[in-house]
Amino acid sequence: MPFGNTHNNYKLNFSAEEEFPDLTKHNNHMAKALTLDIYKKLRDKQTPSGFTLDDCIQTGVDNPGHPFIMTVGCVAGDGESYDVFKDLFDPVIQDRHNGYKPTDKHKTDMNHENLKGGDLDGNYVLSSRVRTGRSIQGYTLPPHCSRGERRAIEKLSIEALTTLDGEFKGKYYPLKEMTDAEQDQLINDHFLFDKPVSPLLLASGMARDWPDARGIWHNDNKTFLVWVNEEDHLRVISMQLGGNMKEVFRRFCVGLQKIEDIFKKHNKSFMWNEHLGYVLTCPSNLGTGLRGGVHVKLPNLCKHAKFEEVLTRLRLQKRGTGGVDTEAKGGVYDVSNADRLGFSEVEQVQMVVDGVKLMIEMEKKLEKKEAIDDMMPAQK
Amino acid sequence: RMPRGRGMASLALYSDQELPDLSKHNNHMAKVLTREMYAKLREKQTTSGFTLDDIIQTGVDNPGHPFIMTVGCVAGDEETYEVFKDLLDPVIQDRHGGYKPTDKHKTDLNPDNLKGGDDLDPNYVLSSRVRTGRSIRGFCLPPHCSRGERRAIEKLAVEGLGALDGDLKGKYYALKNMTEEEQQQLIDDHFLFDKPVSPLLLASGMGRDWPDARGIWHNDNKTFLVWINEEDHLRVISMQKGGNMKEVFKRFCTGLTKIESLFKTKGHEFMWNEHLGYILTCPSNLGTGLRGGVHVKLPHLSKHEKFGEALKKLRLQKRGTGGVDTAAVGGIFDISNADRLGFSEVELVQMVVDGVKLLIEMEKRLEKGQSIDDLMPAQK
Repeated sequence: MPFGNTHNNYKLNFSAEEEFPDLTKHNNHMAKALTLDIYKKLRDKQTPSGFTLDDCIQTGVDNPGHPFIMTVGCVAGDGESYDVFKDLFDPVIQDRHNGYKPTDKHKTDMNHENLKGGDLDGNYVLSSRVRTGRSIQGYTLPPHCSRGERRAIEKLSIEALTTLDGEFKGKYYPLKEMTDAEQDQLINDHFLFDKPVSPLLLASGMARDWPDARGIWHNDNKTFLVWVNEEDHLRVISMQLGGNMKEVFRRFCVGLQKIEDIFKKHNKSFMWNEHLGYVLTCPSNLGTGLRGGVHVKLPNLCKHAKFEEVLTRLRLQKRGTGGVDTEAKGGVYDVSNADRLGFSEVEQVQMVVDGVKLMIEMEKKLEKKEAIDDMMPAQK
Repeated sequence: RMPRGRGMASLALYSDQELPDLSKHNNHMAKVLTREMYAKLREKQTTSGFTLDDIIQTGVDNPGHPFIMTVGCVAGDEETYEVFKDLLDPVIQDRHGGYKPTDKHKTDLNPDNLKGGDDLDPNYVLSSRVRTGRSIRGFCLPPHCSRGERRAIEKLAVEGLGALDGDLKGKYYALKNMTEEEQQQLIDDHFLFDKPVSPLLLASGMGRDWPDARGIWHNDNKTFLVWINEEDHLRVISMQKGGNMKEVFKRFCTGLTKIESLFKTKGHEFMWNEHLGYILTCPSNLGTGLRGGVHVKLPHLSKHEKFGEALKKLRLQKRGTGGVDTAAVGGIFDISNADRLGFSEVELVQMVVDGVKLLIEMEKRLEKGQSIDDLMPAQK
């Protein structure tokens, strides 16, 4: 859904009050953070590529709330958005990322050998997955990028990915040329990204020109996948059936490093800075951009009164197995790290591994009708 | 001056890299837009900042429609039709039966000029309706207007309509304050406009900030309605059950004329010029912006192989009774004038009245198992 008003020259003829969005029925991070004063200050600003405050917030204005998760309600159109509009983004980041301050520094640790354990019970863990995003410096982000930029990003990505070999050798499948059957199969395998129906995605402009320059690259085993031009320039995913998160994370770190090296050879770097870590479209994905998780059977635990509390203490988050906009089915949950910023990649995956291990033990206890009170973890 | 906003980075890229892929597309914009046209127009913008990419986004995102040939482009302000005439003139010519850039459009809102129309058989005609749109000069159109503009339009409209009296006396219902029950009831009565789910609407930006400054005004009888800030600034609708189109059209003309004078007393006029008539968001609605039609039962005729041809000769169009994006249910069709530009309001409603009368005669013949060959009309 685009967005002509975002560069509407007439809007400055109206006062900030007259232009200020009505957020009274809203419940997202942007609505909590945006004040009239901030709006007044920023409304006539734009980044060098022309992204405005109204561009940032349109998705949050159009989507007052979400039934399952607290949405962010604002997006970046380019790397500079986080700077030009810091008066809005800093409080959003602080609220979303547990008090992360404008002066804080983020640490990166992509050394998979630092992960302890990580081979989880395959009777409960159906699959394991780690994903992150990467943005290519010098291009605007999906809410804002033009067709030409998007195609250039696709071209660069394909060039880089096709040089991967060994366990990473694979092939690119542009969305444009995929049959409906291929596409549905990939969605059902949890490999492909949804056709854009999510109102969160649509309202921010990320679906423009679909399916132009979108596609999926994956290795022959389908255990290493890259999404091109969905919510971020690149989404990198390592996944496999079963509970061997250690292996998944190893492949994730090794593959990502190889991709970054190849991009560097082409004089391209990923957007990164020492305050925000990896810069991505949604403020919720800053830092590591990492969501590591499992599909795990917890039919007893999920009905327990303390299920939510356990997750909170373990710094984990639950979703349905269809992705962020879905509900859980049959007691099978997608459980992943809740944090993105302020913890390293290793730390986050460690939390998933340790937390899921504990939850499985709880599930086993509940199967035997035993109590789990003594297993309640401390707040991480 | 360089256009701001989306695509600013794109001007650094060559035009061909930005050209949309329209190979799978079937809409008026896709038929008309050439490489050369794109290269010429991509650096232009209207005074309010509307660009070529803004105009065509809906047509890029919506390759085709199952039931109707869509236009695939919209205007963001009055100037769009001038600045981008290289694109819009051929679209208009293709859509409006060969209407040339030099042609003049005639307006006739005198209901006394309509012959007959008060006697369409109510055994077949369930309801009669005439609608048009109006744009308020000086404001951007729904794909582009800011929240401040939209609210100003609402305020002006509500003030103007508040002065109507007699059988036109009515009340304004802001979408923001309506309960879901009220809203659903109005939709079921065919009085309200859809919540924005149509991809045609969403892709052009008309759904932004919903439901802010949107609403419906109607008279106490619910026979005269005004939609505010949906696809156009104002949509004016006269309707009632049964087949007395004459009365519907009289109320339509009287009400519209009153509204226009009320606006003039406040120093505002409608967008109009002698070439394009009334200026509206979608090029398909230029001219009269008038769609006059009936919901009519034609279960036999609709299955006849010459149904489509009869409609075409009568310059009529069929739709489902749920509106433009729906299919017909139970043999009941929405039959209306196909033209908007190049014929006056009276001429268009006359075509509906005469044409529906004939279609009903055909239906009656087919009910009796008789042929309709001798009834086939000449091309109007």
